Amino acid sequence: MNFKSVLEQLNIRATCKQYGLGLWRCPQFLFLLMGLVIIVTALVTYFLGTRYVADPDTVSLIVLILTIILFVITFSMTRSLEGLAEASRLKSEFISIISHQLRSPLSSLKWALEILISGRFGKIEGKPADYLQILADNAKRMGELISSLLIVSRIEQGRFPLHKAGFSLINLAEEAIAEFKPVAIASNIEIVLETAKSNLPQAFGDSSQLKLVVENFIDNAVRYTKGAGKVAVAIAFQNDKLLFSVKDGGVGIPKEDQKHIFQKFFRSGNVLKYQTQGSGLGLYIAKSIIEKSGGKIGFKSEQDKGSTFWFTIPINKK
Amino acid sequence: MSKKILLIEDEASLQKALGDVLEQEGYKVIGVTDGEAGLKSAQAEIPDLILLDLILPKMPGFEVLKALKSDESTKDIPIIVLTNLESMGDIEKALELGATTYLVKASYTLEEVVSKIKKICG
Repeated sequence: MNFKSVLEQLNIRATCKQYGLGLWRCPQFLFLLMGLVIIVTALVTYFLGTRYVADPDTVSLIVLILTIILFVITFSMTRSLEGLAEASRLKSEFISIISHQLRSPLSSLKWALEILISGRFGKIEGKPADYLQILADNAKRMGELISSLLIVSRIEQGRFPLHKAGFSLINLAEEAIAEFKPVAIASNIEIVLETAKSNLPQAFGDSSQLKLVVENFIDNAVRYTKGAGKVAVAIAFQNDKLLFSVKDGGVGIPKEDQKHIFQKFFRSGNVLKYQTQGSGLGLYIAKSIIEKSGGKIGFKSEQDKGSTFWFTIPINKK
Repeated sequence: MSKKILLIEDEASLQKALGDVLEQEGYKVIGVTDGEAGLKSAQAEIPDLILLDLILPKMPGFEVLKALKSDESTKDIPIIVLTNLESMGDIEKALELGATTYLVKASYTLEEVVSKIKKICG
């Protein structure tokens, strides 16, 4: 924290206004007030203690009153923090309700488009067919975004149970690679599984959730490889855990963006530069899943040279 | 004789899309938009298959499912739950109550839903 950010913190009125809180309900203000009262209490105690040694009753009484004031401030601070926690919970609940409500009309839209594109009730060709495909692609993207939002709201509400069991990480990687092959081939990108199907131990976790992470890594690697290139997927057994990694030779992540990469809705400067689509939720979800699975997640990246994203996961000991 | 499918779904556009495609596939489709009407038509028509949404006006899908499975005349009709609720709890509850299968609308294309119906209904 540098001096400027300390000053910004001190601009309490503006901060509290930003959160839509009155001064007496704003934790930052209450905290500052508490600090001041503590200092005043110390000074008063010192002053009275040295001056009025003969009258300890008055000194005690004043100290008692100041302590009560402190107690009241601490109490309202706790209340205000509770209020903020409640607001955050309501926000997650709101996202969850909205996302569910959006799903019904979106399903109708997707199915109607599917019928038109399938040509069941008359074939549509040429430019109109192209536009129908654009509609269908975007409906699909919207669906994926809503699914991501629902996962995020579940993570934040703590309603994100993992159904853990032993599974083959290499099979899962092969499935994910097969899914992305068509997109990769279309962009002249080769996805290679660099680990032979040897005697790797089974992984232990929720395979359907971990598949989301594996897909996210491969998806990102393919998206951010501009022009022809190679995406290398590898699995290693290391320190009693499985280490999964995806390496690309793509655009990389600028240094100043690296510390934010796992934040919700964060999108790197490169995303905007290369106009890549995405919600900024994938890596946030990946991190939550890996941490709940008892693993670690991380990356190494250099701008214009490429990135390697990795995670570790416990092995099945049963 | 063509097989009868009862479609209990309150979203009119979904009902139309699914109904049109199923009719084209040669099924006779009866569409209703609330739980009460769904239960009544099931008992009156005895369809070969029921597609059931869970969030429904008048009578929620879970209650319709329970009623259908406890009625002698309807308890053997296969029921596909077709909904956008996707929590493990809902899925387990529906299967426990006797649903044949559980499909989340958002995760399936219309063609996939139709091929599941064909598999169960023939």
